[in-house]
Amino acid sequence: MLLKDYTHLAISSVVRNRFRSILTSLGIAIGIAAVVLLTSIGEGINKFVLSEFTQFGTTLIGINPGRTTTHGMAIGVFGSVRPLTIDDAQALKKVPYARTVVSAVQGNAEIESHRKRRRTTVYGVGSTFPEAFSLSVASGRFLPDDDPVSARAFAVLGSKLRKELFGDASPLGKRVRVGGHRYRIIGTMESKGQVLGVDLDDAIYIPVARALELFNREGVMEIDLVYSEQAPVDEVVAGIKRILIARHGSEDFTITTQEQMMDVLGSVLNILTFAVGAIGGISLLVGGVGILTIMTISVNERVSEIGLFTALGATRLQILGLFLGESILLAMVGGLVGLGVGFGGAQLLHWLLPALPTHTPILFVVLAECLAILIGLLAGVLPARRASRMDPIEALRTE
Amino acid sequence: MIQLDHIERVFQVGDQKVHALHDVGLKVERGEYLSIMGPSGSGKSTLLNIIGLLDRPSDGQYFLDDKDVSLLTEKEQAKTRREKIGFVFQFFHLVPRLTAAENVELPLVLAGMMPGERKQKVSEVLQAMGIGDRMHHRPEQLSGGQRQRVAIARATIMQPTVILADEPTGNLDRASGKEVVEILERLVDNGLTLVVVTHDPELGQRAKRQIKMVDGSIVSDTLRSV
Repeated sequence: MLLKDYTHLAISSVVRNRFRSILTSLGIAIGIAAVVLLTSIGEGINKFVLSEFTQFGTTLIGINPGRTTTHGMAIGVFGSVRPLTIDDAQALKKVPYARTVVSAVQGNAEIESHRKRRRTTVYGVGSTFPEAFSLSVASGRFLPDDDPVSARAFAVLGSKLRKELFGDASPLGKRVRVGGHRYRIIGTMESKGQVLGVDLDDAIYIPVARALELFNREGVMEIDLVYSEQAPVDEVVAGIKRILIARHGSEDFTITTQEQMMDVLGSVLNILTFAVGAIGGISLLVGGVGILTIMTISVNERVSEIGLFTALGATRLQILGLFLGESILLAMVGGLVGLGVGFGGAQLLHWLLPALPTHTPILFVVLAECLAILIGLLAGVLPARRASRMDPIEALRTE
Repeated sequence: MIQLDHIERVFQVGDQKVHALHDVGLKVERGEYLSIMGPSGSGKSTLLNIIGLLDRPSDGQYFLDDKDVSLLTEKEQAKTRREKIGFVFQFFHLVPRLTAAENVELPLVLAGMMPGERKQKVSEVLQAMGIGDRMHHRPEQLSGGQRQRVAIARATIMQPTVILADEPTGNLDRASGKEVVEILERLVDNGLTLVVVTHDPELGQRAKRQIKMVDGSIVSDTLRSV
């Protein structure tokens, strides 16, 4: 028997019971629409969060002093931790594929301008900090590329701090005191907003060596290295290790690549998407039960037709195929309608609430339709099997 | 062509065994016109079902074209039904959602024949039955006689060797019943074997060979005196 004929017979039966078919397909349509809509929202949030995380760029590697390990002996024997220094950062410029290296110290100090005082975050950074973290300067310029050990007392203000201290007046060339030391303001930064709870706007940037002095620290808190886009991460990481181990004698530092962070984050977000998708899946299940019910009724109603097909020489397999075809058709039609509604709904939602990101990947659409077909197949198996096992004599007796 | 030897058919009804057929032996040659008569419950329909491979005998042997068909698998039996046997039922058994042409086409569809080839055959057979102009009507738009003619067209389209008719006129008025019988008898003239099951003596006596059954056994097997 040709596939075309299975299709034709299935369509003729579905069309014959139009109203019932529509209601049955509706169950699947709602299920698929729910799955598509919810996963669209899930994916949208997923993308949104990832883009928040990657706004500093994906080719960033952070190096922090210290290492989380467990030793059998006293930590002091092997585990002595040398601080990461500005010299280390200088040395790391030789890592293959490295574009920029920035060392950073963070602390809290009182900033005092002509009239106002504000206690806020102080970042001790190098001249390439804006480049490494994709920040831009609003006015003036960023810290100059001074000799890191004897950098001049220049400072750059974050946008919020600038507003707080100077209002609308230009702060360029003005003087501030940071923890009692005098600095001259040479630039202000563009607003970046809060990123994961860190407000880069309410901050002041000063040369890293001066920050070390201010906070009385031996070493920096973090060295960040940006490598070129095409570079193999493993080689970059290996380069960093080689240089730092040569300088420190042992691996007493921790390297975190953006890629590692993204992996962890990505898997968490995928679970989120999966979870909302599963909620939609429950309504799909209900739709599947609907098909099962209707197909069972349909088999009971068409007992004499089944007998006839047997008498005309249909094999049990062909009868099975005929009824399976019908339930798959119901699910497929429902699935397509559901895709339309779900996709349209996602677009509409995005249009109504631009703040709520939605994203419908094609793969999900294809998977959802496959899922609908699978559900149709599963829901059809029981009734179709019953039809194919019917005794033709009994079946022909009923009229 | 059809040879039945010592056919037994036992049904289990509750905890009681019912002998629907008991030691039935029958030989039918190609081109014969045969009627099976008897009161209801005499086993004539069961016999027809066994000949039509819809039912399997509990015991005994059944040869169709010299082949023991009681040993065939389900799939082979379906193929044999499709190719060698045509059924005509009392209640027509047309698929209501399909047109007359599509109903007649069903055996060809099940056989996996290509659409182009099918259309030609269907229209030929329907023309021969005198309902060529009704081929795109649904069963509910046809009269009883027309419906039975569609059913006969469907039974003959695979050019089977035997037509099994179970009360073919039982649901028709006299006039259309007569027409249908004439069409069936014309098939015999063309060399088909026709087995008619009926409890209508008028119909049964038209057959050349008449078999009477009572309580699951053949009690008489007579040739009509010409």
